[in-house]
Amino acid sequence: MTKIIEPNKQSNIFKRPSSETGIWSWITTVDHKRIGIMYGYAAFFFLLIGGLEALILRIQLSQPDNNFLTAAEYNAMFTMHGTTMIFLAIMPISAAFFNYLLPLQIGARDVAFPRLNALSFWIFIFGGAFLYSTFIFGTAGAPEGGYLAEEVGWLGSAPNGGWFGYQPNAGMKYSPGTAMDYWAIGLQILGIASLISAFNFITTIINMRTKGMRFMRMPVFTWMTFAVSFLLAFSLPIIAIALFYVTFDRKFGTTFFLTEGGGDPVLWQHLFWLFGHPEVYILILPAFGIVSEVLPTFARKPLFGYAAIVFAGFGIAFIGFGVWAHHMFASAISPVAQAGFGLSTMVIAVPTGVKIFNWLGTIWGGKIKLNTPMLFSLGFIGMFVIGGLSGVTHSVVPADTQQTDTYYIVAHFHYVLFGGALFGIFSGLYYWFPKVWGKMYNETLGKIHFWLMLIGFNLTFGPMHWLGLQGQVRRTWVYAEETNLQFWNIIVTIGAFIIAVSIIVFMINWIFSKRNGEKAPFDPWDARTIEWTIPSPTPVWNFSKAPEVKSLDDFWHAKYEEDEEGRAVRKESADQMLLDLEEEGLNPTENIVLPNPSYFPIVLAAGLPFLGYAVIYKSIPLALVGALLLLIGGFGWGTEPLEEEVEENLEHE
Amino acid sequence: MSSSHSYPHEPTGVETRKLGMWVFLSTEILFFGTLITTFMIFKGRDFPGIKLTDVYDIPFTSISSFILLMSSLTMVLAHNALEANDQEKTRVWLLATAMLGSVFLAGQIYEFTEFYHKGFELTTNIFSSTFYVLTGFHGLHVFIGVVLLLALWGIGQRQRGLNLEGGMNLEFVALYWHFVDIVWIVLFTVVYLI
Repeated sequence: MTKIIEPNKQSNIFKRPSSETGIWSWITTVDHKRIGIMYGYAAFFFLLIGGLEALILRIQLSQPDNNFLTAAEYNAMFTMHGTTMIFLAIMPISAAFFNYLLPLQIGARDVAFPRLNALSFWIFIFGGAFLYSTFIFGTAGAPEGGYLAEEVGWLGSAPNGGWFGYQPNAGMKYSPGTAMDYWAIGLQILGIASLISAFNFITTIINMRTKGMRFMRMPVFTWMTFAVSFLLAFSLPIIAIALFYVTFDRKFGTTFFLTEGGGDPVLWQHLFWLFGHPEVYILILPAFGIVSEVLPTFARKPLFGYAAIVFAGFGIAFIGFGVWAHHMFASAISPVAQAGFGLSTMVIAVPTGVKIFNWLGTIWGGKIKLNTPMLFSLGFIGMFVIGGLSGVTHSVVPADTQQTDTYYIVAHFHYVLFGGALFGIFSGLYYWFPKVWGKMYNETLGKIHFWLMLIGFNLTFGPMHWLGLQGQVRRTWVYAEETNLQFWNIIVTIGAFIIAVSIIVFMINWIFSKRNGEKAPFDPWDARTIEWTIPSPTPVWNFSKAPEVKSLDDFWHAKYEEDEEGRAVRKESADQMLLDLEEEGLNPTENIVLPNPSYFPIVLAAGLPFLGYAVIYKSIPLALVGALLLLIGGFGWGTEPLEEEVEENLEHE
Repeated sequence: MSSSHSYPHEPTGVETRKLGMWVFLSTEILFFGTLITTFMIFKGRDFPGIKLTDVYDIPFTSISSFILLMSSLTMVLAHNALEANDQEKTRVWLLATAMLGSVFLAGQIYEFTEFYHKGFELTTNIFSSTFYVLTGFHGLHVFIGVVLLLALWGIGQRQRGLNLEGGMNLEFVALYWHFVDIVWIVLFTVVYLI
């Protein structure tokens, strides 16, 4: 008998949310798939805003001595561009993948703590809204007599101290007004969101694996999620404390990072980059995971060196905590430290190289199918290698001192984070599109998107290498005509607009295919991992019964066997098996208990921005509102039963 | 878990919520680690004005530290009582733990006020700033712990009482509480004794 247990509608204190469609069902959802989808859309929205900010920056730089933006507005734009892309676009879009795929890849019904999952999503949303409310409420200015001390419009009333908020520049003296407070507290709130999801994913991977899903049978994407979660869990506390200090410095007159009171600005750099460098791997490892899923599928070969890729991922994560000072070669650190961090920076290239050779080994001799996800994955390898190699050049301290704060650095990290992370993410978006929507995307538009983006990307960030070596300094809103930097700058701006066009193509493809795309076949890619053994779009209950995994790439081995020469031959029974799987996936035969939706995650999360405003404006009433929301949310959360009562009702039947 | 779903759970054998708490606590080590490191860095530097050694009262803080340590004992007793399914005793020991925690907090508030009157303020010098942020952060943890304990006590008042499985279980809060205590032992040593 098929039976899905309805969420329990009585409650002891508050009425339980009961709608299954419409906006309330999304607000109260604890379903990891819905949360993943919301994460994806919200992150993409912020990606568009961050992209818009980048275009504004590029318009300003397209001409020498341009006055499209004032200096103050330019400062606000590059700060918000960096902050948005890192904390509000790439991190949450990775979280979208984690949320949607992780339980499916390990054969679970949901994450370990569904409500905490909803909580981290809502904290992320409120954190993002809080940060962006600076454009409405924030004020920015410059010290008296400074060249920035001009009238600052709304565009300039945003944080302006750079995404790494160096002290004392980001302190009260040089960045007066409230904008940098919005930055410090906004990041604090966003950090809480990521921290909570890190606990959740670590626990989920350790404890929610299905029968036979041993660690060394987990898909590489799951492994990379695991590594990223550890990175988040151990690096975010450091930045959280550093941001506490900044907030105390700015609001309560302490001098943690200000020399005039005995503090230490370099300490900020250490704490920031001790978080900031693992953060780089937080951004890139999910893309490593995605690519490691896509390449074997479309090369129709097992992943070359599975264990090596897994351990290299953890090697990167581990060494990632020991290279932070290579961001500070131009700061006050000793020659011994410079040499040490130069060496560790070279060392971390080794596990990264291991991965790249494994990916090449995977596609070597494979029957490669060049469709959109594969193109993006191949593009990822190429672009990431360029970014990685320019990264290794930074380990040479004397060269790095020359390159610090020039466009060479900007070129490097965009090759890693855009050419790397974002290409990987697009690869994943196309690859799992049929899984999420049950429809196929338009292959032609997908390919147009890829080629436009590849060309636009290289036009934008390739020339930045030359500009940087010619001495164009980053974060400067004008350059003089005599510097002869104009030619490449206009090329860069054109490239940026080509990227914008490619994103529009992507959006058209997404919207059109989601509505009118062809129905996706059951196993569109002839895939290897168990998320493809269930119908698309994924049913609410994921797996109608717990799957049992017998080997790595279990689904592949169910479909294929080896002939005498070791070639993969499709089993005769494979097609019938897929039909059976679809039938079974849509019609569960046992009772399914799903976690109940809940109001409290959003209530609890709503308290945090109020606490943030309370600190900025030193307002007791706002603090009380915030504390009250936390209290109501926490109390409701603690007293609301998750599954237990549903099960009790069952027993009475 | 009831038999209504055959879904596998917890291949490690550790209860999921407890595992989540352990992961959370490992993060907390980094929180306090960063604070303590900063404290140690600034401690060795020259700074003008009044020092902690001019204002503190070691016997007083030792007593309040002892009280906090004893609260770990009462926490264990509460756990033992629950294992013996003695609801009455569980509630008593929970309340006792919360009370001891509150006494510690009251002691900290008294201490802070005293320091302030003696001129050792948040912005006096870099040392005082790190001192207040570090110990204050710990105090916040104790406060949250007390709220959790009282919530647990409140849940225990209901007819069904507490159990070791459901909801916000006692072991979960106990782990947190012991952690906060252990951190204090480190802080007391680092800040007051050396």
